[in-house]
Amino acid sequence: MSVLVYANSSEGKFKKSAFEVVSYGKKVAEELGTNVIAVTINIDGVAELQNYGAETIVTVNNDGLKVFNAQGYASVIKQVAEAKGSNVIIIDSSIDGLYLGPLLSVAFNAGYASNVVAAPSSTSPFIVKRKAFSNKGFNNTEISTENKVIGLAKNSYGIHENSVTASVESFQASIGDFGVASTSIDKAVGKVTIADADVVVSAGRGLKGPENWGMVEELADVLGAATACSKPVSDLGWRPHGEHVGQTGKPVATNLYIAIGISGAIQHLAGINASKVKVVINTDPEAPFFKAADYGIVGDAFEVVPQLISKLRDFKAQNS
Amino acid sequence: MKILVCISHVPDTTSKINFTDNDTKFDTNGVQFVINPYDEFVLTRAMWFKEKQGASVTVVNVGSASTEPTLRKALAIGADDAIRVNAEPIDGMSVAKEIAEVAKNGGYDLVLAGKESSDYNGQMVPGMVAAVLAGKESSDYNGQMVPGMVAALLGFNFVNGCVGMEVDGNNVTATREIDGGSESLVTTLPLVVGGQKGIVEESDLRIPNMRGIMMARKKPLNVVEPTSSENATSSQSFEKPAPKGAVKLVDADNIDELINLLHNKAKVI
Repeated sequence: MSVLVYANSSEGKFKKSAFEVVSYGKKVAEELGTNVIAVTINIDGVAELQNYGAETIVTVNNDGLKVFNAQGYASVIKQVAEAKGSNVIIIDSSIDGLYLGPLLSVAFNAGYASNVVAAPSSTSPFIVKRKAFSNKGFNNTEISTENKVIGLAKNSYGIHENSVTASVESFQASIGDFGVASTSIDKAVGKVTIADADVVVSAGRGLKGPENWGMVEELADVLGAATACSKPVSDLGWRPHGEHVGQTGKPVATNLYIAIGISGAIQHLAGINASKVKVVINTDPEAPFFKAADYGIVGDAFEVVPQLISKLRDFKAQNS
Repeated sequence: MKILVCISHVPDTTSKINFTDNDTKFDTNGVQFVINPYDEFVLTRAMWFKEKQGASVTVVNVGSASTEPTLRKALAIGADDAIRVNAEPIDGMSVAKEIAEVAKNGGYDLVLAGKESSDYNGQMVPGMVAAVLAGKESSDYNGQMVPGMVAALLGFNFVNGCVGMEVDGNNVTATREIDGGSESLVTTLPLVVGGQKGIVEESDLRIPNMRGIMMARKKPLNVVEPTSSENATSSQSFEKPAPKGAVKLVDADNIDELINLLHNKAKVI
C-alpha cells in the first residue's frame, strides 16, 4: 500500500499544482501510515519534488506522450499505481486533471472525488471535503471503494515543505493507440494564465469600454498577474471568452483577486470566492461585491487604478 | 447519427444554497431548478446537428419524478424523446453507469453532456460514458466527473471541456479549452463530449416557444428502472463556507494604506 501522486508538468516544467499535490500526498500517506510516490511524465530534473516529501519518484519518458493525452496519461498513471501497489492516487483539478480523472477512476476501479479542498477528516471511513454547488458550499464525501482517486483543488491545501531524500527510478509504460489525437495547440506565449497566476486582476462593465483596458493590463503587469473579466464584458466582446471568470466561466482560486468595476453578481462570486484575498474597487458603495470582499475602495476606477499602479511600482522598486 | 444528451436538473445559478436535516440534505425549499447551464449549450449543439446534418436527439436524466419538468423543457427546446432513469443520483459513478447502460441499449453514437453540473458532481460523468454529449460538469456536486466516466465505461472516445466540434461521417474534429488557450483534436464516433460555452454561443441558446411547449407534452418521456449499479462514493454532510468578516474599506486617497495591508497583513504582495 502506498499513495501515488501525479506531479503535473508542462513543457518540461512542473506546474505549481505538482508541489501542492505532493505536499497533500505526503499528508495523506502519513495519515495512512505509508509512503508517498510521485510519478512524472516527460520531465527531467525531478529532484525538486523531494522538498515536499516525495520519498520515491517514478519517471516516465515516452515520445508518445509529448502532448497531453487524457487516455494515455490515465493509462500510464494506472500502470505505475499497479506496479507500485498504490491504492490511493492523487491528481490535481486543473483542466487536464479533470479530463483524465474520470478515465483513471474507471480504469483503476476506484471511487473518485474531484475538487477536494482539505486533508481527509477521517481515513476509516475515508472522508474528504469537496467544493459543491459552484463554491457556494462544501460536501463531505466518503470514498468507500478500496482504490481511490482524489483530485485536489488548486490553492486549497497549500504547498508545505517537507524535505526528504528521494530515490528516483524510471518506468517503462506501455501505451496503445489513442482514440483522440491533438493536431494543434493555440496558446498565448509569455502570458500568465488565470489557472497559474498568484494574482488575478479582473474588470467589469464599470470600465465603460474595451479601449480602457490599458490600465488593467498595466496593473496586471506590475503585479505579475493574469487579466480576467466579468461575463457581461466577454458577452459584449470587449475581452476574449477565455478571460471570463465566474460560475459559467473559468474558476479563480488565487491568492489575490482584484475586481475593478464589477458589481459582484452571485454567479461571478461563485466563480472567484475560492480566492484567498479579494480587493474591490467600485464607485457604488452598495455593490454586492463589497460584502464578499476583504478590502474595498469606493471610488472611480479611472482615478484609483492609475494611482494604484504608480504606488505599486514604487513599492515593488523598494521591495525587490 | 443518434445523439444522447445528458441533462442535469440543478438549482438556478442565482439560488441561495442552504442545507437541512443536520446539514445532510440540500434544502430545495424555494429553489428554482433549471437545466444545468453547461447542458443547455450541448443540447443546442445537438439541435444544430439534428437540423443541419440529420440526427435524432434523446435527452436523459437520472433522477426522481421531480426532474421531469426539466426534461420537458429540453423536449420543448426540440429534443425528440426523453428517458428518465428512476433513481436518486448518489454519486458520479452510479449516474455514469446508468447513462452508459442507456447509451449502450439505445445504440447512441454521440453522447453530449455539459462538462460539469453546478450541484456537486464535478465533471465526472462524461469521461465515464465516452461518446455521449454531456455538459462538462453539473453545477451541483459532481465536479466534472460523470462524462469521463461514461466514456470509459462504454469504451467510447472522450473530449472534455469542448468548445467546438464538427462531425463528418464518423470523423470528428473538436476544440477543447486548455490553460491559456485551446487545442484542436481529431477523433471518431462513438464519442462522449463534455461541453461548455463555445460549443455554441450564448446567443444561440433557445428559449422554448409556445409551439415547442405544446409539442413537448406529446413527446415520449420513458421512465426506466435503474440497473443495480453501486455507488463508489457517498455524501456524508454539507457545509457552508465560513462566514466572512466585514470588508475593510480604504479611502480612495489613501492607496498607501491598501498596499500596506496587502503586504503586511494579508501578505499577498
